[in-house]
Amino acid sequence: MAAPTEVTTPEMFIGFILQLREAGLPVGTRELLYLQEALARGVVGTSTDDFYYLCRSLFVKQEQALDKFDRAFAAAFADLSTLPFDPLAEIPEDWLAKNKQLEGLPEEEQQPYLQELFRQLQERFQQLLKDQQERHEGGNKWIGTGGRSPFGAWGYNQQGYRLGQTESRHKRAVKVWDQREFADLDDSRQLDTRQFQLALRRLRLLSHSGAPEVFDVEETIRKTCQNAGVLREVYRPQRSNGLRLLLFLDVGGSMDEHVRLCEQLFSAARHEFQQLEHFYFHNCLYEKVWKDSRRRRSEYMSTESLFQRYRSDYRVIVVGDASMSPYELLYKGGSVEHLNEEPGALWLQRLRQHFPHTIWLNPVPQSEWSYTETIGQIKALFEEHMYPLSLKGLEQAVKALR
Amino acid sequence: MKFTGTPSYIATRDLQIAVEAAITLEKPLLIKGEPGTGKTLLAYEIARSLGKKLISWNIKSTTSAQQGLYEYDAISRLRDAQLNSDKVSNIRNYIRKGKLWEAFEAEAVPVLLIDEIDKADLEFPNDLLQELDRMEFYCYELDETISARQRPIVIITSNNEKELPDAFLRRCFFHYIRFPDADTLQQIVAVHYPGLQQALLQNAIHLFLEVREKRQLKKRPSTSELLDWIKLLLAGGTRPEELESLQLQGELPPYAGALLKNEQDLNALLYGSTHRSYYS
Repeated sequence: MAAPTEVTTPEMFIGFILQLREAGLPVGTRELLYLQEALARGVVGTSTDDFYYLCRSLFVKQEQALDKFDRAFAAAFADLSTLPFDPLAEIPEDWLAKNKQLEGLPEEEQQPYLQELFRQLQERFQQLLKDQQERHEGGNKWIGTGGRSPFGAWGYNQQGYRLGQTESRHKRAVKVWDQREFADLDDSRQLDTRQFQLALRRLRLLSHSGAPEVFDVEETIRKTCQNAGVLREVYRPQRSNGLRLLLFLDVGGSMDEHVRLCEQLFSAARHEFQQLEHFYFHNCLYEKVWKDSRRRRSEYMSTESLFQRYRSDYRVIVVGDASMSPYELLYKGGSVEHLNEEPGALWLQRLRQHFPHTIWLNPVPQSEWSYTETIGQIKALFEEHMYPLSLKGLEQAVKALR
Repeated sequence: MKFTGTPSYIATRDLQIAVEAAITLEKPLLIKGEPGTGKTLLAYEIARSLGKKLISWNIKSTTSAQQGLYEYDAISRLRDAQLNSDKVSNIRNYIRKGKLWEAFEAEAVPVLLIDEIDKADLEFPNDLLQELDRMEFYCYELDETISARQRPIVIITSNNEKELPDAFLRRCFFHYIRFPDADTLQQIVAVHYPGLQQALLQNAIHLFLEVREKRQLKKRPSTSELLDWIKLLLAGGTRPEELESLQLQGELPPYAGALLKNEQDLNALLYGSTHRSYYS
């Protein structure tokens, strides 16, 4: 459809783009121009749902961002009349039909029609956009204008808009983007097993480096041929997963509510790494760790010998809520279970000294960290390498472990 | 040129718009979604419904971007040289065209499917940036730039095994195929098994969704498993009532093996949990 590009100007969407950027979506000029072009070339008609779908496929690049997008979209077009297509809905359907007929006409004859229409639309849109800004500044002026039924809110009936859409759309009580169907894909939320595996798979990247030491037959033949038959050897790096991982898991007490999450991490990790060892501790790391909680009194390993046994190139993940009384962390004899000769903080320091690649994963949501004193203290001990046990946190952790 | 699904493929409205945008603006369309939701099928169906030729490039862990452009078969040339073949003098005889080259050369706009791009090496998508952006590449051996006659419709699928680089993502339009809701599922099953007894269809979908809801499952069954399962139900002459009266707790649906492919998941379904305390 050869509609003039004045239909939509980039300015119309700048507010929306800024809102998306604020929500953390990496969108910019390129996407803006795509949107403009798509609209100008008639990819979508007059349906607001279609407009939403179009924006979504242009602005969202991965499923984790879908929910953010939905929220930003809802915020940007909180009053649906600011959507560029609602004004279009005022056009009688027969005119739209005419529009199609116009296609056959020479361009000069189409122009006056189209220009007048789009001038009006633009004017109206700008006006609405302005109102929208006032609403943001003035605070909730538009919300609570009383008795906003879903349709009233949409403003179709009140204003007598007529939409060229099917029945089913009007039956729907909630806007598509308000349903937030993708909320569980948002990576700041906590994980399920599948997502755990995906996240841990990223640790596999760590193992792709190394010195070229394996003789590459194929490549040698190829290079030799290219070299007119004079032998040229090629070596490549080992492709095996060289990453070694130690997991320290806090069990019991305040960790009970996080058991399921830790279990998932544990089973995902075991699936992903052949060279994985795990140990348990309670609340804080002291001089002993164990592999089996039921026989912890008899079968344990001293933390000291653990340091001797595992080389410092092991990557270490400590999983725990880091929530305890400060005594348990800072004083000797502070443990709830036994008389420890040295404070837990010292053991944590030793752990980090021996294993330079050590991070802490905390199942407590990050927003609640500031309420617990010891979380801050341990975070400081770990030089800020404490991450929430969410997909995003795990990603950051993987980066730090690299 | 609108893609609205085909008799055997139900395309939701948002998918249609994404396809339309990608075709109109001539950008690659990246499709993600749970396994078995019809990502690869989409390219086939687009090609079929628009009457285009489909060129399918299946990516493996060893695939390199260069293979999609062309390969210079130096070994054949060396052999031919030793056999004193006439072909040797012309290097063109040893350039093997890849899928991208094939798509660029096509007479009419083809549909190019780059299937499971995440299987390849991490750098793979980056190696294709220029080629997909400008739809041209340079062939060193021939000292020629190969440009597309028309820009092909490019459909890329990914299973999310590896994250794709930002630079690559920026050049694509994106669509996430959400797992279909009950209504869409019914439509999908109906196009595959027309004339299926309504009660059986509804009970089967109801039960299927219930199975999917089980939280402990490692691999949740998807559309393709549902279709296989219904095929078995039909072949086995399962009556709708059998499905209706079934309690998932302690009782497996008939042919459950078609829905859940591993033992742990079957156990989880049967006993409600794969709970293995990590104290032990």
